[in-house]
Amino acid sequence: MGVLPDPVEALLESALVCEFTVVDPAGLPVTHPLIPLYDGELIYLTSSILFSKKLEHVKANPRVSLSISDPVAVDVERFARATNQGDATVDDSDLHAGWERVLPLWRKKEPAIDMFLGKRVALPLFFERAVIEIRPRRAFFWEDGRTDRAPEVFELAEALA
Amino acid sequence: MKPTPELIAGLQERFGHAVIAFVDDDGYPVSVATGFRADAGRGVVVLDEVGGEEVQPPEGERINVVFSHIRPQPGIGYDERRYVSLWGAVRRADGKLEFQPDRVQQWDEQEMSFFEFSERGVPQARRYLDQVSAETGREVKPRLSFGWLFLRTTRLPFLTATFIPILLGIAVAAWTNGFSWWLALLTLVGGACIHLGLNVANDVFDTASGADAANVNPTQFSGGSRVVLYGLVSLRNLALLSLGFYAAGIAIGVGLAALRGWDLLWLGVAGALLSFFYTAPPLKLVHRGLGEIVVALGFGPIMALGAYFVQAQEYDLEPLLVSIPVGILIALVLYVNEVPDRPADAAAGKRTLPVRFSKDTIVNAYITAVAVAFGLIAVFSISGLIVRPAIIALAAAPLAIPVVRALRESYDQPYALMPAMGKNIQLHLATGVLLILGYVIAIVVDAL
Repeated sequence: MGVLPDPVEALLESALVCEFTVVDPAGLPVTHPLIPLYDGELIYLTSSILFSKKLEHVKANPRVSLSISDPVAVDVERFARATNQGDATVDDSDLHAGWERVLPLWRKKEPAIDMFLGKRVALPLFFERAVIEIRPRRAFFWEDGRTDRAPEVFELAEALA
Repeated sequence: MKPTPELIAGLQERFGHAVIAFVDDDGYPVSVATGFRADAGRGVVVLDEVGGEEVQPPEGERINVVFSHIRPQPGIGYDERRYVSLWGAVRRADGKLEFQPDRVQQWDEQEMSFFEFSERGVPQARRYLDQVSAETGREVKPRLSFGWLFLRTTRLPFLTATFIPILLGIAVAAWTNGFSWWLALLTLVGGACIHLGLNVANDVFDTASGADAANVNPTQFSGGSRVVLYGLVSLRNLALLSLGFYAAGIAIGVGLAALRGWDLLWLGVAGALLSFFYTAPPLKLVHRGLGEIVVALGFGPIMALGAYFVQAQEYDLEPLLVSIPVGILIALVLYVNEVPDRPADAAAGKRTLPVRFSKDTIVNAYITAVAVAFGLIAVFSISGLIVRPAIIALAAAPLAIPVVRALRESYDQPYALMPAMGKNIQLHLATGVLLILGYVIAIVVDAL
């Protein structure tokens, strides 16, 4: 069992896409569809430098949220929705190979990534990547995906303290 | 960019749900999914109310509403990626949330290929690398292994364009005069150096002119190596590499001329100058729509005649004749590869034939040129001007059919045109190999 409630973990482990929201310098939310990866402690996202605006935003303001909402993109027994708020850091210390530490988690969700990685010469900048690490602080959970009802709220920052 | 009524009207068909994102009182973003209905007439998206105090979007403030779609592909990942991200204000009305967007950002991989989407991100990637370099105090650059970088920088696979006419010239010499393997090897290396020098020089000048940067639809056959654009190699090193290849190629050419006869030198000088001034100022031949003629001459008669001379120590009509169809077909490789590049070429003032002429003219000229190339092979081989077994090269002609079909159907779709560009290269390669084989057959039959 990880730091998140079981049903939220199940969603994170299964979801092929999430909506990752950062805050831009003007204070506006900016949301990006990305593959969420989870190792029981941190949530990981990886971003190519080609699409690195979000990395700049996270560096300037580490407060982020990550929502799993698409019933088509998750494979769980009973559909639900969840949003995690957290504090993010960007690891871009080795853009060329550092992100490969999350490759095993990525491969589970997108096996074709190995094929694309084999053709790295065709898209060299796509594989210059940073890892966004999110430490969850609060989780919202909607049973059956019913967001017309109030979510169950888990205060993780307090639980982890 | 402002969202259009068409975009809003299409949301319901393209997406199953919306995600509302706003910043809460603690400064953290909150995102919550909900149902929606598009009201294109009023330019609004009507969102279903969400439950719970913590996830209520603030009325009157700017929020972000995102629509995202993928189609899972078990064992592979997913496809059909698309998203629409809207910004605007939200207000409550009749138990719903009425969202009035005024800004949009979107991508649909069925409308813009992932490759183009990625290419459009290159300036952002370069900015980010500069930022990380400034933060860390060391230069952070993208990397590729030496082998891949060399292959990409030199566009090594295009060397078939050099090997075919040189081997053809050698084959004709072997039929008429005899054959020296080490002279053949030196000719191949020298020709390859000039070709690689040309490839790299082409990138130097296309980078400097902005033609490569303006091209957001590069394919594996067109759009240049892009190594400078991506920050993999500096422009200075690229220029040095080009000069190095030219120096090696010229040195081998001069050596061969000294060994086999100074008459070779004139051909070599013509080849090297055509190669260099293909993109180099002041001539910039490719910018004037003369690229095809230069390529046809350089990778046809000049290389074949030069290779023949090195072996035979004289010039003859036969290597010239047999190289003409090969020259036409390699010019057609450039010609088709210029089709997807034409918006960027036009922007950079590169007036190639596809920039100058209409689709119909370009396709009809392609068909005519292919017919002339194979017509010449038939006439030359039947009349005995080249060896008769060379007629087997006609077997390659059907490879032109899918190219013509793709030019007609996918003229404005760079990535849909890619297989046809590959087929067009095969057309040149197969024809050249079969012509060479024709000479091998003639030599073997003669020896029996």
